Amino acid sequence: MLRITCPYCGSRNESEFLFGGPVGTERPDPNTTSDADWIEYLTVKPNPLGPVQERWWHARGCGEWLTIWRDTRTHDIVEAPNDTE
Amino acid sequence: MFADTVCVGNVRDLILFTAVQLIYLDLSSCLMKLDLVMQKYSLFSLAKNALSGHRNWQQAWRSPPLRDQYDVIVIGAGGHGLATAYYLAKEFGTANVAVLERGWLGGGNIARNTITIRSNYMRDESIPFYVKSVAMYEGLTKELNFNMMHSKRTMVDVVQTYPKMRELRRRQLTMDIYGSTYEQISTDEVRRRIPALTGGGPDARLPIIGGMVHTDAGVNRHDAVAWGYARGADELGVEIHQQTAVQSLIRGSDGAITGVETNRGTVRAKKVVVAVSGHTTTITETAGLKLPLRTMNLTAFVSEPVKPLVDVIVNCPDSGFYFSQSDKGEMVIGGAPDMGQSFRRDIKQNVFEDTVTSMLSLFPAFKKLKLMRQWGGHLDIAHDASPIMSKTEVGGLFVTAGWWGGYKAIPAGGLALAHLVAKGTPHPLMSSFTLDRFKHLDFIMEAGTTTAR
Repeated sequence: MLRITCPYCGSRNESEFLFGGPVGTERPDPNTTSDADWIEYLTVKPNPLGPVQERWWHARGCGEWLTIWRDTRTHDIVEAPNDTE
Repeated sequence: MFADTVCVGNVRDLILFTAVQLIYLDLSSCLMKLDLVMQKYSLFSLAKNALSGHRNWQQAWRSPPLRDQYDVIVIGAGGHGLATAYYLAKEFGTANVAVLERGWLGGGNIARNTITIRSNYMRDESIPFYVKSVAMYEGLTKELNFNMMHSKRTMVDVVQTYPKMRELRRRQLTMDIYGSTYEQISTDEVRRRIPALTGGGPDARLPIIGGMVHTDAGVNRHDAVAWGYARGADELGVEIHQQTAVQSLIRGSDGAITGVETNRGTVRAKKVVVAVSGHTTTITETAGLKLPLRTMNLTAFVSEPVKPLVDVIVNCPDSGFYFSQSDKGEMVIGGAPDMGQSFRRDIKQNVFEDTVTSMLSLFPAFKKLKLMRQWGGHLDIAHDASPIMSKTEVGGLFVTAGWWGGYKAIPAGGLALAHLVAKGTPHPLMSSFTLDRFKHLDFIMEAGTTTAR
């Protein structure tokens, strides 16, 4: 079980959270983007063998949405890689 | 020698004797030739080898040296990879095929599933494909001359909520069209068929309200599927190379695929098939190809062997687990996937505990079972939970991925992919499952028909 740090409640059990999906790319402007880019935005998510950024919802807690980086090989919650903000 | 004992005048006998000898020699050389091609497994061959202490069994497949060029490279010697190679050689005459496997043959997801074979899907596109695959499985022992230990034992869905019952009835109506069997039964009948099901009574939080029976469903032996296809493909000339890890795909100046880079050097081919469930994006990203797949981890575990207790596959969609009893007597139990992406091959303790808790609510007697092993299969799931079998924007690169429960799809999946690779056009049964469906947002939503997610 993961221990996820909520900014309000501190370190809590994963079972208090609901998974909110991986963080994808920025939403392109539908008026200007191409069909192909729009489809890619809708369907293609990062699937790295390593750290992935994802959202979790503290649904059975304070209700806060938060973003973490987690290593898909180990489940360790890790620092954001250097080349991203 | 016989010349001493045969009288010169008895020419007729001599001719007869020689003829018999010649026929005998001819037959035995024929048999020797057959032996070189492939020894057929039969009662006769078992008896023959028993006489020589089982020391003379032929190897089931070769381990030939790795060449630097093939017509087709299949990455992954799992169920889908081996079946594809087999049908490429058998049905489409393409035997110059190399199957490259990072680990050992049949050691990936084909060894990490729950061997459930069924065709109770929801969509018009899906059901005919799975009906075909189930039928091919039933004939696979004969096809491959390898005992699949196929056990067509039916699956019983234990239903505890009305929305689930309505959904399954809806599936029944679609399945009726395509010749797959699904039928509603009463709670009493569910309990008659599964005597161990003692929970879920009227006072339970979710009382059982009925069940569905899928008589086509069965289980078989996963090793036999891998080994049978490997042996069959090898006999037709396909080369299987274990301990050969593909590190990256190589594209030519025109963008098309030209081969793969492995830990044993470069291997060239104009057609490359990616059949590496779970790691599909890891491989395709080396060619700059993005796919709508996420890798997730499914829960499975197995109990100690006990006496025969349950003779059907039990699926409890509302409680989120399913199981069958193996021929060895173990309960083979499957549960829900982890939340979030995962490349791990074990399961999270909380997912495991949740699954066990659900199981004990319906099968309280299982409290005494000792659980022996747990494993996670990591597999990739597409946006709509349906498989992807497709050409890609990289010329010559084919993928078979997104098999959320791909074990049941191995025979028809291999046949359909071989068709796509050989002919360049999708097999009719899989024509809706190409990457084009994403371009048109023409999804085949099957999320509800696979394990709860």
